[in-house]
Amino acid sequence: MDLSSINPVLLIASIMVSATPILLAAIGEAVVEKAGVLNLGVEGMMIVGAVVGFAVAVNTGSPGLGFVAAALASAILSLSFGFLTQYLLSNQVATGLGLTLVGLGLSALIGKPYEGMKSPTLPKLDIPVLSDLPVVGRMLFSHDPMVYLSLLLVVVVWTFLKYTRAGLVLRAVGESHDAAHALGYKVVRVRMIAIFFGGACAGLGGAYLSLVRVPQWTEGMTAGAGWIALAIVVFASWRPWRVLIGAYLFGGVTVLQLNLQAAEVAVPVALLSMSPYLITIIVLVIISARGAHGAPASLGRSFHASS
Amino acid sequence: MIRLEKRPQPSRFWTGATPILAVLLTMLVGGAMFAALGTDPLEAIKVIFWDPLFHEQFASYSRPQLLVKAGPLILIAIGLSIGFRAGIWNIGAEGQYIMGAICGAGAGLALYPSDSALLFPMMVVAGALGGWVWAMIPAVLKVKFGTNEILVSLMLVYVAENILASVSSGLLRNPEGMGFPGSRNLNQWDAASNLDLIPNTGMHWGVVAALIAVIFAYVLLSRHIQGFNVRLTGEAPRAARFAGVSPSRIILFCLGMSGVLAGMAGMFEVTGPAGKISIDFNSGYGFTAIIVAFLGRLHPVGILLAGLLMALTYIGGELAQLMLGLPGAAIQLFQGMLLFFLLATDVFTNYRVRIGKGELA
Amino acid sequence: MADALLTIEGLTKAYPGVVANSDVSFTIGQGEIHALLGENGAGKSTLVKMIYGLVKPDKGTMTLNGTPYAPAEPRVARSLGVAMVFQHFSLFEALTVAENIALGMENPPKPRDLARQIREVSETYGLPLDPDRVVGTLSAGERQRVEIIRCLLQNPRLLIMDEPTSVLTPQEVDILFETLKKLRSEGTSILYISHKLEEIRALCDTATILRLGKKVATCTPADTTARELAEMMVGASFAMPEAKDQPLGDVLLQVSGLSMPSPGAFGTPLRDITFEVRAGEVLGLGGVAGNGQDELLMALSGERTTKAQCIWLKDKPVGNLGPAARRAMGILSGPEERLGHAAAPNMSLTENAVLTAAHREGLVSNGFINWGRSRDFAQKVISQFDVRTPGTETAARALSGGNLQKFVVGREILQRPEVLIINQPTWGVDAAAAAAIRQALLDLAAQGAAIVVISQDLDELMEISNRFGALNEGRLSAIRPVEGLTIEKIGLMMGGAHDMEVAHV
Repeated sequence: MDLSSINPVLLIASIMVSATPILLAAIGEAVVEKAGVLNLGVEGMMIVGAVVGFAVAVNTGSPGLGFVAAALASAILSLSFGFLTQYLLSNQVATGLGLTLVGLGLSALIGKPYEGMKSPTLPKLDIPVLSDLPVVGRMLFSHDPMVYLSLLLVVVVWTFLKYTRAGLVLRAVGESHDAAHALGYKVVRVRMIAIFFGGACAGLGGAYLSLVRVPQWTEGMTAGAGWIALAIVVFASWRPWRVLIGAYLFGGVTVLQLNLQAAEVAVPVALLSMSPYLITIIVLVIISARGAHGAPASLGRSFHASS
Repeated sequence: MIRLEKRPQPSRFWTGATPILAVLLTMLVGGAMFAALGTDPLEAIKVIFWDPLFHEQFASYSRPQLLVKAGPLILIAIGLSIGFRAGIWNIGAEGQYIMGAICGAGAGLALYPSDSALLFPMMVVAGALGGWVWAMIPAVLKVKFGTNEILVSLMLVYVAENILASVSSGLLRNPEGMGFPGSRNLNQWDAASNLDLIPNTGMHWGVVAALIAVIFAYVLLSRHIQGFNVRLTGEAPRAARFAGVSPSRIILFCLGMSGVLAGMAGMFEVTGPAGKISIDFNSGYGFTAIIVAFLGRLHPVGILLAGLLMALTYIGGELAQLMLGLPGAAIQLFQGMLLFFLLATDVFTNYRVRIGKGELA
Repeated sequence: MADALLTIEGLTKAYPGVVANSDVSFTIGQGEIHALLGENGAGKSTLVKMIYGLVKPDKGTMTLNGTPYAPAEPRVARSLGVAMVFQHFSLFEALTVAENIALGMENPPKPRDLARQIREVSETYGLPLDPDRVVGTLSAGERQRVEIIRCLLQNPRLLIMDEPTSVLTPQEVDILFETLKKLRSEGTSILYISHKLEEIRALCDTATILRLGKKVATCTPADTTARELAEMMVGASFAMPEAKDQPLGDVLLQVSGLSMPSPGAFGTPLRDITFEVRAGEVLGLGGVAGNGQDELLMALSGERTTKAQCIWLKDKPVGNLGPAARRAMGILSGPEERLGHAAAPNMSLTENAVLTAAHREGLVSNGFINWGRSRDFAQKVISQFDVRTPGTETAARALSGGNLQKFVVGREILQRPEVLIINQPTWGVDAAAAAAIRQALLDLAAQGAAIVVISQDLDELMEISNRFGALNEGRLSAIRPVEGLTIEKIGLMMGGAHDMEVAHV
């Protein structure tokens, strides 16, 4: 066992990298759920984002384009979920699962030729002055742009939900679609936009996995990240700042267990690698034992104007 | 303008017709996808749906495979459907399947090289128990704390996969395997193997169990008060409480049943077609069974048919890989599309589609 | 009237099978509190919906401030100065007061300005309310204030209030009345819908009384006695209840000190409820909706359990038993909500028969359902209670409300209960069927069952009950024999004046 091989600066830096894909997916899903829609297809949208982002980046040589394409691809995929659940009134749980299965299949199909390839990765964006600070500079201010974008997204979502009229309408739709409808708001339209946004975020998260975090394409590489993003939304009680905390805590656990594995700590490897999932379960239990705080009241319910 | 009007009661015609419509739509869109991949779509459809059963050269091999693949799918889907009927979403059957295999095989291997006739039945019980315990975790957490069973059961899949990786290179590793990961091959140990009951039919104990499960579920749901309570809970939770049904007991029952059946499926698989515990033992049956359950309209007989159809796409997919060079993932996508189209067309079951201007509701 | 604000002339609205309003005319003056009085189903809601633009009249005209007024939708009504506070609030529980108010406004000001305006209005009118509070944490009365303030911020000339006091405590009623009087003094007119006589006499300048969709009279309530108002409201048909002289048997159901917390945010807690019912007796429990009726039914049916000693069937404590066990012993019940509570909407009538009759009718043996017998039982309910349906395999949701009600009531009665508790047995049922259901309840009592009927239809309760009590905020008034009860006394009991006549008892 050699704990001294763990470098705290690199540890914090890698926690940020490890948390970013889940943060992106979770902040998008938080908006979707705030609008009253439960999209369990995050895993499927993420992995489609991962493969599309990777393929586009490899073919164009531009990881930036890869991210844009990933966001678009997953957002378009999410619209199929939106169409089924919002217009055809299908069950949201089943449709979300279906989306995940479709996404897994689709990504494996697209990704076959790209296995084993290397993609161009995002350059680091050293923030002037700050990145030159000792220790903290390398820890916090010398990351790729997506890390900062994900943090910015949290701020934007928080501001949007808390301070804008559109955000208020979105929350109202998620609370009581009947009352919102009675006041003249377009429930289905609001929800479709939210679903689209959630899809785009999941796509960015997936692309971050294949372009930065790993960076490679392997089949099924999301390995439950989408599901963990869903759990983090519950953990966060649907609040953007707590989504951030949840994602970073989870990133911390992941990185820590990888570091411990590398340091050959006398804990079975299997236990370490299952720890993120176990901790997710434990967190879910603690949150639910305290009572479900903040779940949008219309979450997961179909809206049909005549009923 | 197109609008939907709720039917006074679900359409019987559409309940039966939507799966067929969904299959046709999947063939249509899947065919287009195959064409895009540079394969003749008609040829591909024929290879997937026709050749496994009737091809001169391959059918003798692939026909038995139909039962081998359908067995676990049906067994798991039956269990899932009982829960889905009650609105309880166990989507971690894959994990219960793995734990059933580990416990079943582990219980047997602990007694190696016994040749007792009781060994195999004991392994079946151990497998069922393994799946049951794994499903009881989300069940108890839901009853005690109201924790979301979807996320917990799903997380437990990943935990089970890690346990699988660990035991196949540790606890259950073949001591005579020269250090390679993976357990002893159970097929080479008569007392613990689950081979075809009738040679070359694919008919192993797992298939028998699946058929029994279909009958059991049919009787349960259509004749027994417990099955009635399950359906009532899913249809109208408040009415169920009024009738005196305890929600907690329904949760424990439904998750328990699906755990037992998924665990047994894993056990039959590891002792039969798979032969041993290894790191890549699980192949996604637990997830595909979700499609089977929905495609079969959560009805036992429907699930039987849907399981056979889904097994056909598995084998046909392998055949298409072999004969047409179609990627294996195409079949996975094909199966996912099937569920999507089913959910989409289901709208006809509960709603009437009206075209024209109506009163805005 | 010289300074009329809203004049209504000959308003008529018919729905298939029902004439909700027929040729109704009256005038609301400037700065007047005008009561609209009538029983449930008298046509008050429809009339108000026409004024607010939710429903279009078939015939008749309205004039607002001298100009023709025919709002196509509520938005138009609001822009012309007509605002409405609903009986069932359409609020978002997880949002704050200010957010809720902003959502209901066409062009809300900036959040900070809005919060200031809310504070101003709430102080001016004595309606204390913090704009930053989350609505879910507010009491029913405070929620109503949210709606009132939402209306007041738009400076209405006519404020419509639909049964505003049905959800308020007496203290909150006093506050509300002060507010309304202040509004009147500023020239705002109020259309006040209620069936509470004392309230109207205390508050309103003018009253228009509706019965069966027609205007009976417009009068000055201060100059009219409660009894006269009551007679106009219920019509001459209100016969003084007579003593029912059938012999009563032993006490079958006894409830003592039953208290239960509220089941949810919108529920009512039960407070120290005590009563008993004898064999052959019908106990009628009245009260304004939402005063614990649903909760009492769930406590008696066993859906929510309590201490064993709170509820007795003869000499057996049953308070801790669930619905199935109580049913087996002979306590049967029928909830108010038919679809989703008393019956499963998508299941067939046969299956819905099994829902409560499984054990008493022997439809299940060794856990297996005998579908043949179940169908027979469903068929028996259908034929004896004249349920109009194509057959036993029809889904419950395909039946009309009245037919499903007959099925649900019949299902319980045919199981020969010892004690039957039923909530709103004839709600939404046509007159002939309602009479048949009441007769069936009386016959059941005559056979020696003890029956508790919870209802908001006072005529019904007077017709079939031996004794009467009223629920108010989860409390039960003293129980009185129906003979000698007057409508005033009933009104007081429903209003929660528990000890009104201690001297008489």
